[in-house]
Amino acid sequence: MEENKKTCLHSCHVAQGALMSPFGGFDMPIQYRGIVEEHNAVRNECGVFDVSHMGEVMVTGDDATRFVNYIFSNDVDAAQPGQCLYGMMLHGDGGVVDDLLVYKFNENKYLLVINASNIAKDEAWITERMNDDNPDTPGKPFRVDVEMLSEVTAELAIQGPTAEKVVEEVLGIGCSDLTFYTFKETKFSGHDVLISRTGYTGEDGFEVYGGDADIVEMWRLLMESKRCEPCGLGCRDTLRFEVGLPLYGDELADSITPVEACLTMFVKLDKAPFMGRDAVAAQKAAGAPRKLVGLELADRAIPRHGYEVLDEADEVVGYVTTGYHSISTDKSVAMALVDTRCAAMGTPLKVRIRKKTFPCTVVGKKFYKKSYKK
Amino acid sequence: MIRFSESHEYVRVEGDFGFIGISDYAQKQLGNVVYVDMPEVGDELEKGEDFGAIESVKAASDLISPVSGEVVEINEALEENPRLVNQDAMANWIVKVKLADMSELDDLMNQDDYESFCKNG
Repeated sequence: MEENKKTCLHSCHVAQGALMSPFGGFDMPIQYRGIVEEHNAVRNECGVFDVSHMGEVMVTGDDATRFVNYIFSNDVDAAQPGQCLYGMMLHGDGGVVDDLLVYKFNENKYLLVINASNIAKDEAWITERMNDDNPDTPGKPFRVDVEMLSEVTAELAIQGPTAEKVVEEVLGIGCSDLTFYTFKETKFSGHDVLISRTGYTGEDGFEVYGGDADIVEMWRLLMESKRCEPCGLGCRDTLRFEVGLPLYGDELADSITPVEACLTMFVKLDKAPFMGRDAVAAQKAAGAPRKLVGLELADRAIPRHGYEVLDEADEVVGYVTTGYHSISTDKSVAMALVDTRCAAMGTPLKVRIRKKTFPCTVVGKKFYKKSYKK
Repeated sequence: MIRFSESHEYVRVEGDFGFIGISDYAQKQLGNVVYVDMPEVGDELEKGEDFGAIESVKAASDLISPVSGEVVEINEALEENPRLVNQDAMANWIVKVKLADMSELDDLMNQDDYESFCKNG
């Protein structure tokens, strides 16, 4: 078996006593003090995550805007330099290759930030797309360079209501000028780093990209300050889940479309032709056979990924994609992919949890209110 | 008398009855317990078979019965406050059973053996 990769902070996690576990091909910290403590620290103050396992791909060249717009569902042509965009890469049949953030430096330079578990797949898929014809110039390929930077890029996510103060005062990086979903290039210890006002927790916060030595030094400063809770991927999942953000592998997959996942606001059908466009347009017009919904249980029992969802006649109508006993709301809730006929708000359904079934109701997917600083 | 299984359940024996719970080592591994899925009074537990589950924030773990016997009582306090397991796993047993076969206890570990079992991972 192939050994899991390690981030530049691996020895820090081990030395600080984190519980380590494989995730996306990396040996990652799942928790430090505990998922509940870390979750609450991010909701109420500030937490830091090592997210160096995320993948980075740089696209440059004369056709960079056209190429990224061809492989990405959101519209980078309409974006300003310094803006981040969330969206997806789509297969021809509308299934999701990956969901990602795109950083627009200028018309000829874009950074794609992809999921760790999909790095190899995405790199192969993007490389294949480079051989496709540029739809604007039939018979000619895209004039772009694609550089895989995952191995040389480390990343921290600093998240929570006090994140801005912590980044400015502890790391000495000015960030109060950044608005939601924007970024800038700046210096740390004399080296280039990139910082964006983005995250995956539903709280205000920042993501910082840099070389290994700088990221390790930032981690050290943050730990020394005691103003920032070290957090594992355990609470990253509970935090993103509570505010209804999807995770690739749970809510998104090669076999799940953005229409089913209710993410069509990130698929710009009216821009120039792109991968997956026609399939999504057709499904949007015809209606998707299944939809991602929220479920709320009356009982404390916890619906987990893969558990069956049943209608009142005990017929299987879908499955749970993610479920927790929500830390911020003290309720057992889930996201589930169910037949569209069962997707209306208030529909009574059931979840099979081991040997019993528990009644639940279809609710909105945001179980906790986001508090982004716009 | 108290005995432990390799799957980290304990049974504390008092007369003909056994109180089954999870060990302190197990509760530490699980972290914050948020739900205990318990059987019903009258259910027959089978040694080595699952009889419920204990759930942390992260995941559900099956509860494996260290002994056979009929459930005569469940610890209802855990329905309201599952975190009692984290506060004191040994005091907060999950089910009380009428032991069906005392000789089953011979296959289990005593306190000292269990502690070295945990240490050696």
